[in-house]
Amino acid sequence: MAEKDKNFSRRDFLKTSGIATGALIGGGIIGGLIGANTNKQDNATDSSSSSGGTKEASSSIRGLTFFKSMADFEVLSQATERIFPEDDLGPGAIGLAVPYFIDNQLAGSYGENSKEYMQAPFAQGEPTQGYQSRLKRNEMFMQGIQLMQEEADSRFKTKFVDLEGEQMDEILTAFQENEIKMRGVESQFFFRLLRQATLEGAYADPIYGGNANMDGWQMKGFPGHQLAYIKDIESEDFVEIKPKSLGMNH
Amino acid sequence: MVTTLEGVDVVTVGVGWTGGIIAAECSKEGLKVVGLERGRERGTADFSMVHDEYRYAVRYELMQDLSKETLTFRNNRKQRALPMRQLGSFLLGVGLGGAGTHWNGQTWRFLPYDFEIKTMTDKKYGANKLSADYTIQDWGITYDELEPYFDRFEKTIGLSGEDKNPFWGKRSSDFPTPPMKKTPILQRFEKAATNLGYSPFMMPSANLSEAYENPDGQKINACQYCGFCERFGCEYGAKTSPEITVVPTAKETGNYDVRFNSNVVEVMKEGDKVTGVRYYDTVTFEEFIQPANVVVLTSYVMNNAKLLMVSNIGQQYDPETGQGSLGKNYAYQILPGATGFFDEQMNTFMGAGALGMTIDDFNGDTFDHGDLDFIHGASLSSTQTGSRPILSNPTPPGTPSWGAEFKKASIENFTRTLSVGGQGASMPHKENFLGLDDTYKDIYGVPLLQLTYNFTDQDRALHSYITEKAAGIVKEMGAKTVAASGEITDYDIVPYQTTHNTGGTIMGADPATSVVNNFLQHWDAENLFVIGAGNFAHNGGYNPTGTVGALAYRCAEGIIRYSREGGSLV
Ligand SMILES: Cc1cc2nc3c(=O)[nH]c(=O)nc-3n(C[C@H](O)[C@H](O)[C@H](O)COP(=O)(O)OP(=O)(O)OC[C@H]3O[C@@H](n4cnc5c(N)ncnc54)[C@H](O)[C@@H]3O)c2cc1C
Ligand code: SF4
Repeated sequence: MAEKDKNFSRRDFLKTSGIATGALIGGGIIGGLIGANTNKQDNATDSSSSSGGTKEASSSIRGLTFFKSMADFEVLSQATERIFPEDDLGPGAIGLAVPYFIDNQLAGSYGENSKEYMQAPFAQGEPTQGYQSRLKRNEMFMQGIQLMQEEADSRFKTKFVDLEGEQMDEILTAFQENEIKMRGVESQFFFRLLRQATLEGAYADPIYGGNANMDGWQMKGFPGHQLAYIKDIESEDFVEIKPKSLGMNH
Repeated sequence: MVTTLEGVDVVTVGVGWTGGIIAAECSKEGLKVVGLERGRERGTADFSMVHDEYRYAVRYELMQDLSKETLTFRNNRKQRALPMRQLGSFLLGVGLGGAGTHWNGQTWRFLPYDFEIKTMTDKKYGANKLSADYTIQDWGITYDELEPYFDRFEKTIGLSGEDKNPFWGKRSSDFPTPPMKKTPILQRFEKAATNLGYSPFMMPSANLSEAYENPDGQKINACQYCGFCERFGCEYGAKTSPEITVVPTAKETGNYDVRFNSNVVEVMKEGDKVTGVRYYDTVTFEEFIQPANVVVLTSYVMNNAKLLMVSNIGQQYDPETGQGSLGKNYAYQILPGATGFFDEQMNTFMGAGALGMTIDDFNGDTFDHGDLDFIHGASLSSTQTGSRPILSNPTPPGTPSWGAEFKKASIENFTRTLSVGGQGASMPHKENFLGLDDTYKDIYGVPLLQLTYNFTDQDRALHSYITEKAAGIVKEMGAKTVAASGEITDYDIVPYQTTHNTGGTIMGADPATSVVNNFLQHWDAENLFVIGAGNFAHNGGYNPTGTVGALAYRCAEGIIRYSREGGSLV
């Protein structure tokens, strides 16, 4: 793994990928870029073309709806990629457009906690009592990302996005183990949120902007939105079905 | 300013299964019924884009909006209760059909043992089997008395199943429709369970095996095994739900009205009768009083208890003295089980909410508890409900929870994992109860319900015993790795467990130890009825709704009789 991480120059990728200007992210394109920057990679990311990815996706305009700074978005991107990395099975979080998915979600009711009980008083509870922060999720993300930068600076005297993979992992693990002091929320809670949001972005229907080209589903053998399995439910063999998105049917 | 409306015969608070059944039965008898539902109208047509795990299963599209109302929770009386700020352990329903729109459809009759648990336990094991801290009691009704109502509910929903379980109560008629398809995954469980000497049978399912017309003339379609059942609505009208059965039945009589966006905040009482309910229009915040000859609380376990508490009806349970019945015997469930990791890929993503096989060899009192330090047990099932990728990331023990290794393992095992899970019965304990919170309020200014709950020694003993049995079956199914669930410690409101909350408005034969009689008529107000799993004096080893449905039919009979004759029904 370490070998591969060194080959994967995040800085270069971010400079060249167009992720910065939010121009292009049809899974094919970003996947291709990751491939190009990863010497060891074969054509794994090309699976996008065989997975029935929509052609329109690559020409659609992408931009940031929550993040106001590219630097923050890049930290988020790299953190999610560590949680769900590219490998021989297929793209990781960046190739799946997970960061864009999260950006979108943070701008909406998820980030704004609009379906959560947010009335005062707030008090620290037992872990069994769950969410007790007065912070909204998007505030937690902003703070968490800032702290990732700060940790990179204090531990390694460099920017988070310029760290080696294991160094990023060290910082993420510190969050996970509750060793980072956050204000208004425990770092392990934020880490859980980040991990969960990464998986959501990898596997939600592509209509939400992640799971580019349905590659998340493709890797996992999940066919997405199918009308019915009544014909296959009794099959003794594993049935491979080309995934379908809700966006392709309605 | 409060507007007082014209009176009706019957008003129900909420329109899920219980509210729908009361509406259908009473309106057929010519009673004028109004259902007040805080949520919106919805139906099959709204579910054409429902195959969306993110919106429905992760972000809870169909469930209660907690920004308006939630409950507070603490593990014990010494802790400070805090609001459940986001949904987790259980998912509360809202909208036409209530949780009956997005349930799984696994539909059970509680065991004959459940209804007389105290008598039967004392008789077989002596009075000291459980310590006095466990407040088990009989339900004031027997299985045989309730059987006709089980039968009625099952015919209404067209339940699919087979009468092959040697341990459940006698049935007066066959299942209305045959069992679902016995898929290769289920056969694997069946074979393993049979090898071990157990008695597997197809789980009774409200995802219908074939098209069906119920006695009220409502049609339910055949399940397509689409794999998007639990937490979703059915786009085929194949998962029986209130809005495709009892609600249209009620509407066709011309005697029924559902008023949406109507949130009830108080039951009005004068002397020993109730006079109606007070509610808010959730859009305009206008306040109304709906007078009624009969008030029926059908707003789920939590809100039923809360409404009685804020309306000051009945005596609040006090854990210090053991006095009072309102809020008493809250129980939940324990989920023993084991997961197996297999070599071969299986079609785990196909399925239906109630597609499964079960054994009852360790449920109720079907096995001897003489040497065990717990009573009751669990049904053990293997279900094929349709795994979805966001929420299903199974990995063998020792796998990290993120990173390269996690990615590989979770992808590899998505189609190579099967589980055997138990629904463990939960015995009531004097320290587990519902009350009112004195700090937090809902958006109408009404205090939140407060839940005080923790697992007990009985739960822990039951959990580890049943988990071992589950692991044995998974091993026999041919798993290369078996991961048994760890021991339970404190109840945690964060991860989803089940929406099988029970107690708080328990039924019984004695007004001193129950809230309602066995027609679910309130002991302190003869024209007030309270229906739901809140009536259960303990929680059994199954999903609740079959038993809730039966109780609702019995209650409907009681309301109709009361409307003609008045007085106490018992
Ligand atoms: C995801 C999930 C899966 C489930 N699967 C199964 C299963 O497989 N088998 C099984 O047996 N059970 C299952 N259940 C449980 C089952 O759904 C419930 O037991 C059943 O729906 C309860 O019916 P009810 O009428 O008591 O309450 P509900 O269905 O909750 O209906 C109550 C209604 O009252 C309304 N209401 C509440 N408060 C107010 C108020 N103040 N004013 C006006 N209206 C109000 C609500 O909006 C709601 O519509 C499941 C539940 C969930 C959430
Ligand atoms: S699995 Fe069957 S009952 Fe469930 S939603 Fe799909 S078609 Fe409907």
